[in-house]
Parts: sequence; C-alpha cells; structure tokens
Amino acid sequence: MNYLSVRHLTVRLKGGGLLLRDVSLEVAAGEVRGLVGESGAGKSMIGKAILGILPRAVEITGGQIVLDGTDLLTLPPAQRRIRIGATCALIPQDPLTALNPSHRIGRQITDRLVDILGWSRMGAEARALELLADVQITAPEHVLRQYPHELSGGMRQRILIASAFAAEPKLIIADEPTTALDVTVQKQILKLIAGLQAKHGTALLFVTHDLGVVSKVCQSLSVLYAGKVVEDTTIRRFFAGPAHPYSAALLAATPKYTDPTAGLNPVPEAVLAAVRAEVEHG
Amino acid sequence: MTLLRTILLRLITTAVTLFGVAVIVFVVVRVVPGNPIAMMLPPGATQVDIDRLTAFYGLDKSIAQQFLIWGAGVLHGDFGTSITSRQPVLALVLGRLPATLELSVLALAMAVLMGGAAALTGTRLRGTRVEGGIDIAGGMALSIPDFLWGLILILLFGVLVPVFQISGRVTPSLKLPFSSNFYLVESLARLRFDLTRDLLSHMFLPALALAIPLTAIIAQLLKQSLKETMHLDYVTLARTQGYSEARVIWRQALPNAILPTLTLVGVQFTFLIGGTVIIERMFSYEGLGNMAIDAVINRDLPLIQGIVILFAVIFTGVNLLVDLTYAALNPRLRHG
Repeated sequence: MNYLSVRHLTVRLKGGGLLLRDVSLEVAAGEVRGLVGESGAGKSMIGKAILGILPRAVEITGGQIVLDGTDLLTLPPAQRRIRIGATCALIPQDPLTALNPSHRIGRQITDRLVDILGWSRMGAEARALELLADVQITAPEHVLRQYPHELSGGMRQRILIASAFAAEPKLIIADEPTTALDVTVQKQILKLIAGLQAKHGTALLFVTHDLGVVSKVCQSLSVLYAGKVVEDTTIRRFFAGPAHPYSAALLAATPKYTDPTAGLNPVPEAVLAAVRAEVEHG
Repeated sequence: MTLLRTILLRLITTAVTLFGVAVIVFVVVRVVPGNPIAMMLPPGATQVDIDRLTAFYGLDKSIAQQFLIWGAGVLHGDFGTSITSRQPVLALVLGRLPATLELSVLALAMAVLMGGAAALTGTRLRGTRVEGGIDIAGGMALSIPDFLWGLILILLFGVLVPVFQISGRVTPSLKLPFSSNFYLVESLARLRFDLTRDLLSHMFLPALALAIPLTAIIAQLLKQSLKETMHLDYVTLARTQGYSEARVIWRQALPNAILPTLTLVGVQFTFLIGGTVIIERMFSYEGLGNMAIDAVINRDLPLIQGIVILFAVIFTGVNLLVDLTYAALNPRLRHG
C-alpha cells in the first residue's frame, strides 16, 4: 500500500501563475522515490506542500495529499501540523542554515521528541546519543553539548539526518540533501541516508537534480518539468531508456565523469519547446 | 581570558572618556556667562565682598589651576562642596542616584515588556490589521518626544482622570522606614507593599513617558528582525516538526532575533537616562536630573561637575553591561 499519495495537486501563486500542475505521485512504505527536474520545476514545492510549509504567497488550489489513508488537506491546521510532525521529517538542503545557532545540538534533536511526541527528557537524550552513533559521529556526548557554529557542514548534515530519523517517521522528504556539501562528503552522506532508510524501512522522497544520485539510492522516479510530472517510472526502466523525450534529453545531458573529454549536452531547445507546449496545453 | 581582556580594555577607554568629559564640563561651565558668586550675593554687594567670595571658592585662579585642584580632590574621592547647599557633592549626588536609577530601570522594564509584547504579537499576526495597527501606534509613539508624552500623561491621568500621582517620589506624609535611598527596592525587600504601591503610583507616569518612545523602537526593530528570522531554514524545519506558530516564534526565532535589538536597547537606554533630566523636573521627582537643573540655575559649579561625571559613569557602565549580555546570549561570541 502506498504510504504517501499525492493526487492531482495544483499549487499556484496567489493571484498568479501555476506552480504545480495536476501533480500525482506515490511513495510506497519503505520505498525511495526520486523527484528530479531542473531548477524552478517545482521539485521542492511538492515537498513543501506535503510538509505544510508552503510560503505565504502560495496556495494549494486543488488535489489531495493522502498520508497513510488520510487526506492532510481536509484536516484542521493544528491537527495537520501535529500529524506531520509525528509521522514525517525533512532533511533540508543547507545544513549551515538549518540548525538554530542559539541552541545546543542536543536540544535541537531532543526538543521535538519531548515537546511534540511526549517523550521523557532522559529517553530523548538516550535516543539522540544512539542516533549520533548511527550517523557515525564520534564522541556524541560532546557533540550534544556543542553549538552548530562549532561543527563542519558535513557534521551538521549528519546531525540533521539523525534528527530526521529520531522519531521513527514513516516518511522522510530529503530536499537536495547533498547539494550544499563538498563532493567528498556527498557520497558519505548519501550512503548514510540510504543505510538508515533501509534499516528503518522509511518511505523516502528524494528531491534532487542529480541523476547520478538517483541511480544510486532510488527505486522509482518522477521527472518534473514546469510543475508537471512528465514521467513516472522505475529506475531500471528509466536508465534502460526513458519514455518521455524530455527525460531522455535530461539523461543525455548528465555529464559523464568517466570521460572528461566529452562535451556537455544541454537539453535541446526543440525538446524544451515541445515539453513546454505539452505541459501548458496538455 | 577574552572576557578579562574586554573588561580591562573597557576600563581603560572608560577612564579616558571620563577624563575628556571632566575637562569639557569643567571648562564649559566656567566659560558660559553667569557665575555662582553673583547668584549668592544680594544686589548692591560691594566689589570687596565679590572678590572675597570669589577667592573663597578659588574662582580667582586660572581654569587650569582650578582643574588641577579639583582633579586632585576627585582622585581622592572628594568632588568638592556644593556652593548652594554647602554639603559634599559626592554625598548629594549619590543620595539622589537611587531615585533616578529606579525610575530609569522601571521605564526600561516597561519599554522592554510593552515593546516585546507588541513585536511578538505583530509577528504572530503579520500581514493582518493588528500588525498595521502596531506599526501606526509605533510611528506615533516615536514621533512625539518623551517630555511631550510627559505633558500628555499629566493631562490625561493626572488631571482629567486623576488615577496616578503627578508630583514627587512618594507621598510626603508617609513615614519611611528605609535605610537607603532605593525606596522601591527596599519597600519590596521589607514587604511593605503599601509603600511600593505609593511609590509606583508616583513613578508610573514619568516612567511611562520615558518608556513610550523606547517601546516603539523596540517593537519596530524586534518585529523586523523576527520577521526576517521567520524565513530562515531552522524555523521552517521546526514547523515541520509540529511546533505551533507561537512556539516557533518564541523558541526558534526570538533567541536569535533579540540580539540586534539588545545592542540598540543599550544605546537607547542611555538616551532614556538623559531624558530623566526633563521628565524628573516635570514630575518634581527628586532624582539626579532634577538636581542637575537646580545646579545649573544656581551655577553650582562643583555640583554640575559631579552630576555630569556620574551620568558619564552610568552611560559607560550601561554600555559595558550591554556588551557583556550580548556575549552571554550569543554562543558564537562566547566561544570565540
């Protein structure tokens, strides 16, 4: 059964244009689904809509976001907030800005467990220690007492990942979690997320623009262009030969690190024009 | 280590500042027209009398000589003798200091509470009419200076609806069991809440007049930095964790947004203390400011000097306190 079903979701700028057009996507329990597309395609907007953190200037005008059988959009705001807090988590894009500079690391992991989920302070702290060990942080007792500015970007992202898994969420949305990191760190972080996901059996929606990353961690894939899903497929089928011309061009545009002499193949203008026409009129 | 160095450096700059203030005030009060001798003698006093009294107070010597004599005394803790009351300046000034401190701190507390509440409410209800109302009220509060607020408040709550006292520090007929001049603090410590009430009833309007402009500044600045903080990633992350908007503001945004406000409040608090001079006069409140005006009217040179030096000490002290609080609240500086 699908844990998350987004059905015909339409999001628009208040008094402005469409940002998401009739988007549907499913994430089964324990599945990792990639969500790719170029900048501005609306990848992050989908994640924000699911988590209820859309900017104020943006509104959902249609569709359903069904989480574990309940349409979140029909719940009253406070209930929806608490349900999301208890069952979902976000791994944010930029670890440098996603931790509160005024609070110690320990609080940032344990607070929501105590405040929202009603854990005991001691239980939450034990859990935080265990999680920091899981994300391979040495001396977790020490790190819990540190402030974000004392830690490197990679360390902070590990902490955010630990924090995301803290409450055993059913769904995690990873919003380009490696984009802001060093290339050398990216791989470790990916491995860590994939490992924890497998261990906990969490459904994961992995937002990225990097098809290389998708090939490593995802089982299924949605390709987004201009706020519309143009292809919904499995990883195997996608890399064997994408069905949609835009997907094919996107795949062809991915640089091959194995051959440094090869040039870049940007998505051809004709393909872009065709997909734009399709999205806007289809 | 860094803290010790900061304080040491501050003490040195403070000493230099105070010396500068001493020189300026010493020269200015002697250069401006009017002299204390003329104020003391009845009309028609002979030149002999004038010369004798001038020599008695050492005013016949050059300004540089006078400064050296006065400065040597100050270094021994002797700020001279008030010309009008013939009492030691230090005792006079320190006797009045508690009244002014209590008034300023009460005003500051009122400004922080009211300004903070307005900023938090405005942030919680941003984009609504309430926020617009807070902005308009803030603009009005700021565009009227504290002494005009004093007059308005006297008119409203002293004359039209007389609910507060508008003159003095305490009802004169009351017997005060206090051993210091920190009346308000002592009344609380001695659990004499009847006296606390009387004191507050006298202090409320002048404190409010001093607090209103600062309230508006705090409300505007804190609301601005709260609103900027609300867009940051860690605030968004807290929202996904199930925190309500109010708790997100209080727990995530406020600790960070408060830092720039704190610096400004420090600077503004020294202006507020400066404002006590006129406000105390207006409400006949027996503090330093009121004494300063009397001293200027009477050309009581040693007293003016003493009061100005004390104000300078307070200003630099407040600034030091703000810097230390800032370091304590900002973990990035604490471990720097």
